[in-house]
Amino acid sequence: MSAARQNPFNTVAAHAALLIYTLIALFPVFVIVINSFKSRRAIFREPLALPDAESFSLIGYQTVLKQGDFFLYFQNSLIVTVGSLFFILLFGAMAAFALAEYRFRGNTLMGLYLALGIMIPIRIGTVAILEMMVQTGLVNTLWALILVYTAQGLPLAVFIMSEFMRQVSDDLKDAGRIDGLSEYRIFFRLVLPLVRPAMATVAVFNMIPIWNDLWFPLILAPAEEVKTLTLGSQVFIGQFVTDWNAVLSALSLAILPVMVLYVIFSRQLIRGLTSGAVK
Amino acid sequence: MRKHENSPRFRWHIVVFLAPAVLVYTAVMIYPLFNTLRLSFFAEVDQQRVFVGLQNFHRLFGDAIWSNQFWNALGNNLWFFLIHMLVQNPIGIALAAILSHSRLRFAAFYRSAIFIPTILSFVIVGFAWKLILSPIWGIAPGMLDAVGLNSLYAPWLGKEEYALTTLSLVSVWQFVGIPMMLIYAALLSIPEEILEAAEVEGITGLSAFWKIKLPLILPSIGIISILTFVANFNAFDLIYAAQGALAGPDFSTDILGTFLYRTFFGFQLQLGDPHMGSAIASAMFLIILLGVCLYLFGIQSRMRRYQF
Repeated sequence: MSAARQNPFNTVAAHAALLIYTLIALFPVFVIVINSFKSRRAIFREPLALPDAESFSLIGYQTVLKQGDFFLYFQNSLIVTVGSLFFILLFGAMAAFALAEYRFRGNTLMGLYLALGIMIPIRIGTVAILEMMVQTGLVNTLWALILVYTAQGLPLAVFIMSEFMRQVSDDLKDAGRIDGLSEYRIFFRLVLPLVRPAMATVAVFNMIPIWNDLWFPLILAPAEEVKTLTLGSQVFIGQFVTDWNAVLSALSLAILPVMVLYVIFSRQLIRGLTSGAVK
Repeated sequence: MRKHENSPRFRWHIVVFLAPAVLVYTAVMIYPLFNTLRLSFFAEVDQQRVFVGLQNFHRLFGDAIWSNQFWNALGNNLWFFLIHMLVQNPIGIALAAILSHSRLRFAAFYRSAIFIPTILSFVIVGFAWKLILSPIWGIAPGMLDAVGLNSLYAPWLGKEEYALTTLSLVSVWQFVGIPMMLIYAALLSIPEEILEAAEVEGITGLSAFWKIKLPLILPSIGIISILTFVANFNAFDLIYAAQGALAGPDFSTDILGTFLYRTFFGFQLQLGDPHMGSAIASAMFLIILLGVCLYLFGIQSRMRRYQF
């Protein structure tokens, strides 16, 4: 039937094109990781060679783990990311439920108001955000970051989840109401479990930008004890710019957690991106 | 059926459901946004905040020290955006078109691998490319040497005329995965019957792409364009990670995000000025608003959407 679409020459060309682009995409990561396991001389003499018995060295990792507080940074990033996701999902789902379930005056207007933030980046308001965080004493705390990322993530979260909540059957909710469940119980017991796929999509969309952000940690929480992993590695690499072993090891250590997250969540992420959630 | 529609009682639960999101969103996003716009009409005189009307904007556009920086940053930002539109999005569309071929093996593998740079932080991407392109390490010159193009090598990130283009291409490398995924999704949603009908008419291969698939995915291309625009006009991290806040060499990679950062936060000898920073942020806000409105009213409303 579709002979033209199965043409062997086309298939080979398609694989060749994709393979070349895959190599381009992975090459820098590969070079960084293999060289982080080599001695300084081997890094410069044969940058593309795999580490062998002679050139293998962990000196870079030793420097990084001795000098930088990478575990603290990692912990901070984890708290900020998980905390922000928790509030985005909880508050976002509650607001989405209110907009999708009840008819009240100002419903459409409220929906539009919350959707404004999808297109306008929160960074524009940074000057006033910093001022506010200084006034409230939240500057250099992880709460400052959690609040900012929650506000940033809510618009898209409400949008995606309210689309999903409109599809939850009314009969189910009405049955709950006849059984005397309160509106809160209907939301937490009946609706929330049914929109888990939408929550996963929202979580995965928000996770990586929050983890990788440099702007707000740099401005709102630059102090040593609240540095995130992204800011921490930026500062560390800046200081050790001539120690190539340390820089390459720090880069590899920064790649590691994101890659682990990606391996765990890539199916969710790709499903979310391709399910038309952003249409 | 919404049973509570005509309930005479005030429905407190609606308030409870809406309040946390609306409060956080208003307090941390909307209020600071407008407060920043307001602050752009103030200045600090004798450690007092006083209203100065449009004076900050007069300085930003009238005073050569400021206006040169502003137009330089805006021009660089436009070039940054142009390269994304001309390189990132076509490559993304091409990759998606190849991936969406039915019965292509390993499609999931390619898709996941090509998306990897997108999940890495700007710090990793910026430094990794800085090292690879560095004349000291010699990976880039070594590879060009291997194919006999040694003469083409230059320390791209260190030369004023190449640095911005190089960084734009690095950013393209990082984000190609996003248009790829969105277009891939759009291509998969085209029903098989349409393609089969075209095949019966003798339209296959490339001409099927140009004549049938491309018109059908135009709305998705529109969305990608506006997403690229908004992301590019508040970009900051990659330039900062690779070139620092001074966006060297000699401000040749300065974009609006780095200009805003230097102005309001201060850097090295320059003291931070939140009011001039607010003026720049307001200009960025207007630029982004203009782009979004142009898209919503000029492009999206005229585009035909096909329902399958």
